[in-house]
Amino acid sequence: MNALDILQLLSPELILALTGFVVVSVDLAMRRRDEGRTAATIALLGLGGALVATLLLAFAGTSTVEAFTLAIDPYSLFFKALAIVSVGLVILASISFMRGKSRYLGEYYALLVFAALAISLAVSATNLVMVYLGIEFLSITSYILASYFRQDLRSQEAGVKYFLYGAVAGAVMLYGISLLYGATGSVDLATVGALFSAEGDQRLLGIAAIILLLAGFGFKASLVPFHQWAPDTYEGAPTPITAFLSTASKAAGFAVAGRVFMVALPNLVADWTAILGSLAILSMTLGNLVALKQTNLKRLLAYSSIAQAGYIVLGLAALNPGGDFDGVGGLLIYLLAYLFTNIGAFLVVMAIEQHSGSVDLAAYNGLIKRAPALALWMTLFLLSLAGIPPLAGFFGKFFVFAAVVERNLLTLAAIAAVNAVVAAFYYLNIVRAMFFVESEEQKPVSVAAGLSAALAISGIMVLVIGIAAQPFITWISRSVEMVLVSGM
Amino acid sequence: MVPTHYYLILAAIIFSMGALGVLVRRNALIIFMCVEMMLNAVNLTLVALANQWGNLSGQVFVFIVMAVAAAEVAIGLAIVMAIVRHKDTINVEEINLLKW
Repeated sequence: MNALDILQLLSPELILALTGFVVVSVDLAMRRRDEGRTAATIALLGLGGALVATLLLAFAGTSTVEAFTLAIDPYSLFFKALAIVSVGLVILASISFMRGKSRYLGEYYALLVFAALAISLAVSATNLVMVYLGIEFLSITSYILASYFRQDLRSQEAGVKYFLYGAVAGAVMLYGISLLYGATGSVDLATVGALFSAEGDQRLLGIAAIILLLAGFGFKASLVPFHQWAPDTYEGAPTPITAFLSTASKAAGFAVAGRVFMVALPNLVADWTAILGSLAILSMTLGNLVALKQTNLKRLLAYSSIAQAGYIVLGLAALNPGGDFDGVGGLLIYLLAYLFTNIGAFLVVMAIEQHSGSVDLAAYNGLIKRAPALALWMTLFLLSLAGIPPLAGFFGKFFVFAAVVERNLLTLAAIAAVNAVVAAFYYLNIVRAMFFVESEEQKPVSVAAGLSAALAISGIMVLVIGIAAQPFITWISRSVEMVLVSGM
Repeated sequence: MVPTHYYLILAAIIFSMGALGVLVRRNALIIFMCVEMMLNAVNLTLVALANQWGNLSGQVFVFIVMAVAAAEVAIGLAIVMAIVRHKDTINVEEINLLKW
């Protein structure tokens, strides 16, 4: 492999890194502040370039190639595209939302671009050092973003809670990594996988390592019992950042967990699928039950996203290589659908927050009269979150549940089904408030251009994935096959 | 020469002390220090294992962990400073606007 090939393989990361630095420098050099509009434009252009580079690599049919401990395979390219799209939508919505709320908007956009870079590095890591670096890179940028409103004590509180949980989770994950290194003498995932056996003492060590590693991955994915930070951080952080944390950052947690477990611990597959299965039950049940009582929309969506993490992890818990539904494919489809759905829901929350300054359920009363388009989009996203066909969320749930049933994990399937019904209750409660509750306020809601564009993209993607799911499913099954072949 | 498992046991004890500190102390700065203790326990483990295996991966890892820890502390202290300016406390139990 010559230098030019490597440059081409790493082009998404290089473009993202360059964009981040350009955004910071341009913002520094500009004498007249324009409230971050130039910075946001450059960031969006850079993200667009990175997305094109990622898709070119994905459709060039690159098989697994490794460059500097980074795997350029369909699995990592899929998650890179996901992260870039998610950050792009968040930036598009931030242009109007963040205006006037902070004096340092150039850095804000640069940090979001760096967060996309961090996810790209983490999801392609084939080496435990790189896994740790990628996750910590993402964590550190997220800590700053969560506490971005310096004058708002709630945002600071969100940041400090996220930081304290994150630092501890990172240290625990690192201890797990050191156990893997101790058992095999290597930090390369594939070598660890080849040397780590499931016999006797090494199996016990492996189970300890799985639990310790899960503290780090589960923290990112906000799985119970590593979720305590999520409701507070989601509520206190700037809403665009909440949207980012609940989608791209969560997806990164699942992506890294999937690769590390499948490649480094294939011999312990029975143990880690069992552990993930129990975490799935805990996350779904706790998330949904607590969400029922929430009246603050950001907090409600936080608990809903904990519950969704439970459904998503079912995909790994029901790992079934060679089956009709292999589990990992379900995980990827779910994350793709969830990305657009959840960002869309948060975009509506942003529009209402900008209009009324409130994120309480009461602010949504009678929305259908004041802002029919917004109310209809929100209904679409909530129905997709609930998993109603033919929307995107339905296909996510369908493929994950199908894998669970095919593996014959019927208890798990039953608990997941009951949870899906419970979840529909609080999603539809919001729809009820929007359509059937009268509100005193009659002023129509106006939505900024960037926000409506992001809303339209998310909404249309939710419909397209729902109605024409086939191309996405084909692309995803192809990416999964390659990982399963190389990993297990 | 001190056998490797002595180091590993010492590191496990330090790690547990750090974890315990995180759970029982309520001062944000002390919690930081406990996290640092956990990280350094892992560093000790990595160095001991690198010596045992006779390769350098573990040693290199330690340098990277130190760099990351330094960056993390910088961010953490900045956030705590911002809170102290508003509220004049670093007790995590008094930082409680957000609750269910």
